[in-house]
Amino acid sequence: MPSLVDYAPIVGDSTIEELRGLGKRMAGQRVAMVNSTRVGGGVAEILDRMVPLLEELGLRVRWEVVEGSEPFYRVTKAFHNALHGKQEAIAPEMFQLFLDVGRQNAERLVLDDDIVFIHDPQPITLVEQRRPGQTSRWIWRCHVDVSRPHQGVWKFLQPFILKFDAAVYSSSAFAQQMPMEQVLIAPSIDPLSDKNRDLAPEEIDAILKRLGIPRDRPIITQVSRFDYLKDPLGVIEAFRRVRKSIKCRLVLAGGPASDDPEGEEVLNRAREAAKGNPDIHLLMLPPNSNIEINALQRTSAVVVQKSIREGFGLTVSEALWKARPVVASAVGGIPLQVKHRYSGLLVHSVEGAAYAIKQLLSNPDYAKRLGENGREHVRQNFLLTRHLRDYLLMFLTLGVAEEMVYLNGH
Amino acid sequence: MTQPSALVEAKTPFRFYTSFVLQKATGLRAATLPQLVALLRKVPDGCIYYHTHYFLLTHHYLTPEPPNDFAYWVTGVLGEERLGELLAGIDIMEHSALQSLREALVGTIEDYLSSTPTATLRFASEGEEFFFVKSVRIVMPTSHEASTLVEFAEALSRVSIHSLYFHVFDARLRVGRPTNDFAIWLDEHLGLKDLAEHVANLDPYAHTLETLRSLVLSLVKQELDRQGTTHAKPG
Repeated sequence: MPSLVDYAPIVGDSTIEELRGLGKRMAGQRVAMVNSTRVGGGVAEILDRMVPLLEELGLRVRWEVVEGSEPFYRVTKAFHNALHGKQEAIAPEMFQLFLDVGRQNAERLVLDDDIVFIHDPQPITLVEQRRPGQTSRWIWRCHVDVSRPHQGVWKFLQPFILKFDAAVYSSSAFAQQMPMEQVLIAPSIDPLSDKNRDLAPEEIDAILKRLGIPRDRPIITQVSRFDYLKDPLGVIEAFRRVRKSIKCRLVLAGGPASDDPEGEEVLNRAREAAKGNPDIHLLMLPPNSNIEINALQRTSAVVVQKSIREGFGLTVSEALWKARPVVASAVGGIPLQVKHRYSGLLVHSVEGAAYAIKQLLSNPDYAKRLGENGREHVRQNFLLTRHLRDYLLMFLTLGVAEEMVYLNGH
Repeated sequence: MTQPSALVEAKTPFRFYTSFVLQKATGLRAATLPQLVALLRKVPDGCIYYHTHYFLLTHHYLTPEPPNDFAYWVTGVLGEERLGELLAGIDIMEHSALQSLREALVGTIEDYLSSTPTATLRFASEGEEFFFVKSVRIVMPTSHEASTLVEFAEALSRVSIHSLYFHVFDARLRVGRPTNDFAIWLDEHLGLKDLAEHVANLDPYAHTLETLRSLVLSLVKQELDRQGTTHAKPG
């Protein structure tokens, strides 16, 4: 596991020094991170890297995971979709199961740390164990786009959310009007992980060969699970429009999405749409195909993320970090990552996506400049070190009302 | 007073600070220009600071550099390019208080709406509204300190761009006049008036922060050369 000093060549010695300065002021503080899984998914991926770095900075961090049965996770999946605004039928017994599993976990998990950091809705009911007079400060970290949530689920969760000292969202567009502190902290990518680290040209060649992707033409790629919200059919349609005038290939790389009944249907429709076109490659990659995704992104002439809804869309930052020109929908956290015409192109339709892809393929200098700008934008704003800094700043200023805070010398 | 020299030691050393911004949501959003201007009048100073200053720190390395958040939204989302230009053209360095900057923004939009009433009809679609974000600025001393010009150059080459930002961009909001912390210290504590004037006159909006660092360092080096002192090489 990398240590802080390993990030210095990427973000500079001064950034590491600043992190150590902030860390000293939090040294010895006990922090409990609580989420629903130790492996799989973006939250676990970030915590896996974040917890050791917080400990290196002197905080005493424990990472706890709520336990639940299969039906509980079906309920939380339905909640997740509903919070994203999808119409879900939530039966009363689903709410009851959610509460019951929450109580069982509360008996097992006593949270009296200086900071209790709850990630997403699954462990949210643990805040019920909070008692008046306790010094612990409680933070709810919402990784979901709740800008237009299903009202039934939102109203059910709201009394729990209001018991926290602060809520953290990834984008200002997700924040609701609530009386508590609402902090904005974007997620991040780890530049040293397999998904993002530098790859040697031979490594890339070998992976592309293994995946059966010829490199005879410019490659357009979208990395996403097969889900309507990621609009793979729209990407295929945009590609068809581009392909009329420019010879190129399309790679749609995604996971099997076995927990999503719609996933299979979307994949079948994508297969149907791609049928008979040898320039379209649908890749079903097993979980943890990080190096493969890294190689595909690095070798792409254009990376697309044509989502209809998006929590944050870190695949955009992943592509930008590799200095790839990006065409992406202006949804969720994507506009934070792409400044239109400065670090990529934002689009709102299939036609717009096709036009933008053509622009980039036909103007390689322009595409290169957007990609280089994008890499710098990610270096400054979407790497793990910035994320770590924001968490420390939030811990240090929780409950402070002033707009200007001076930290004393240390 | 003796002639300034690179070896003159300031009685008060220059302590380098660094600053960070923690972003907080306000829950306030505007979909039209009348809504934008109404909110601009009442949002906390931290919002004005965030949308006119913080964007520099997050985008300063882009080429070309994007305009402030208001100009970017008005142009890119509402399609009011002329107003976007007017907002981008507001010289942020001219305002040493957030209140006057707020008035300039409000005045520019109101004047435009009076002369172009159809602009009130433009609206942003759902999700593309202007979301007001408030900044909490957190200031922390660094371990870098300088008593002489040589030490100043050495430290300046090592501090982060956040520190540079704090001493150059934020300074005028603290001291209430168009200068920066470096220029004040060089003048008042080392007696280097000419150098101070050059450093105060650098236009921080015309350069990336790294270029700005190089420019200040090069001015300091010229002064050291003029005085015949070997410039300590930054490590």
